[in-house]
Amino acid sequence: MKTRYTFGGDEHIFVEVDEEMSLEAFFKSLSMTNGVRDKGIKGVTEICPANASFQIKFDPDVISPNEMLAELKKIEATAEHADHTIETRIVEVPVFYKDPWTHETLMRFRERHQDPNGTDLDYAAKINGFDNADEFIKAHHSAPWFVSMVGFVAGLPFLYQMVDRARQLEVPKYLRPRTDTPKQTVGYGGCFSCIYSVRGAGGYQMFGVTPMPIYDPKQEISYLKDFMVFFKPGDIVKFAPIDHTTHDKIVAEVEAGTYQPRVKTVTFSLDDFNKDIDAYNQKLEEVLYGD
Amino acid sequence: MAIKVISPGLATTVQDLGRPGYYHLGIPISGAMDRFALRVANMLVGNEEGAAALEAVFMGPELEFTADATVAVTGGDLPPKVDGEARESWSSFEIKAGQVLSFDYLKSGARAYIAISGGIDVPVVLGSRSTYALGALGGFEGRPLGKDDELKLLSETLGAGSGRTVVPELRRLPGNPAELRALPGLYWHWITEESGTNFFSDTWKVAPEADRIGYRFKGGQHIQFNERERPFGAGSDPSNIVDGCYPYGSIQVPGGTEPIVLHRDAVSGGGYFMVGTVISADMDLIGQLQPHSETRFVKVDMEEALAARHDRQAMLDKVRASLA
Repeated sequence: MKTRYTFGGDEHIFVEVDEEMSLEAFFKSLSMTNGVRDKGIKGVTEICPANASFQIKFDPDVISPNEMLAELKKIEATAEHADHTIETRIVEVPVFYKDPWTHETLMRFRERHQDPNGTDLDYAAKINGFDNADEFIKAHHSAPWFVSMVGFVAGLPFLYQMVDRARQLEVPKYLRPRTDTPKQTVGYGGCFSCIYSVRGAGGYQMFGVTPMPIYDPKQEISYLKDFMVFFKPGDIVKFAPIDHTTHDKIVAEVEAGTYQPRVKTVTFSLDDFNKDIDAYNQKLEEVLYGD
Repeated sequence: MAIKVISPGLATTVQDLGRPGYYHLGIPISGAMDRFALRVANMLVGNEEGAAALEAVFMGPELEFTADATVAVTGGDLPPKVDGEARESWSSFEIKAGQVLSFDYLKSGARAYIAISGGIDVPVVLGSRSTYALGALGGFEGRPLGKDDELKLLSETLGAGSGRTVVPELRRLPGNPAELRALPGLYWHWITEESGTNFFSDTWKVAPEADRIGYRFKGGQHIQFNERERPFGAGSDPSNIVDGCYPYGSIQVPGGTEPIVLHRDAVSGGGYFMVGTVISADMDLIGQLQPHSETRFVKVDMEEALAARHDRQAMLDKVRASLA
């Protein structure tokens, strides 16, 4: 892991913590962006953590690009010694896998896909060595995920699964991006899952939908009244498979203003996690489902 | 009500100077694509420079006024008319209640800014009145104007009044070919030296896919990548990175073929590598490019980028002084 600093024009510094994805790189990025926020550097206008990198936007009339760079290098030196522990939330996200809406959409854009004769799930299962789509779906929801970045469009979380490298699922993006993706599609590209917060273009493979809105610019949905975006980097997500009936029930509850996502607060330690991943994930689940 | 939309134009939106501070959640800054033109339009009618105004692209709207107001149109050359009678661009003029503001065909540039004394009154969302249509956020109901929409003004006033003008030397539109200065960086080291040279020597053309999110360019040579191992998590194409943040103005080249320069409604991040970034001083120019415009990217270093930024500020100060 070698940190690389590069300017994005005269208003941004792009910091690549590592070229490849890992939880270590994500934690260092999160720790450095927290460091920038805590320091309250004058002239900083945006602090954007990403999966294995981050970006600072600054006003060069207030702080010169070289001064900004020097500040970040100082923060990196401190971040080296930071303990990899965060206070965060664990959230259950219900997913209706193999739903009719993403199926209809993926059939419409078949000519842009690597396997025009199958479905996105069949293809993902095959290239990851699973016997069938259901086995793949099980791997997708059995271990939790870190929200490692929020972006692309408003409120869209990128998620990285909390398993060792050997068990990471990897699926390429569509050969050519689609012009349409249903709202709240659970997608996959590279080693990341995502949840499309709004309907629109997209290049990730489509596996299902969640009935739980995660972005509401009108701030009318009960749990999005305080802020229109649900996720933030560092949140932990557990996908829970649901059927059509449960999906529709949740949709009705959201509309009635009675749906509350299952959310608990939790302390996460990367060092403890790395000692025994499965046991640690088991404990996280106990926090989520214990009352 | 002060203004009724008789016809909305192509994609006319309410914009101010934007909504900084939420890019980490995927909510871009938005605001006028040509910020200089927005500021000048507001100054001409006597508004705060960052007041909300209308941004019209390629085609003007038709607006009926129900109150007297002062109006100025700047940016691309989209000649304004009041009840069918021509008015000057980059100058303030009066409109009486019951009169209709309409526009002739676009003569040059791409976007015109229509400032109205008092400023447009739409709700402030996350600190701005700008429209972010992709996220259905801000502006007029989170979308471009539609027929029969009714706009309100913050106050009914004649502002600074008619007859104020900005001399042609203080107006700014791209040349032909347009020159966009860019600082190489980000993932510049991924491409071959020859491709780096070609990128700056080729003449590109604006593709039809050009909007507030970004501008796509065609016609230059494809980029060749240096041989390297694919990083874990990046994806299989040599142009893929582990999804990261995209600077405003950054130049991504999906598949190494057609560069896309991200603008005010940028997607905040994604999985494509970038060769560099258009400098802040030239972002306004992109908003004035029509599809098929010839464009060259001009390589600059940080010192030149900052000098260009100061030049732009000096030009704005001259406008301020001339209208003070």
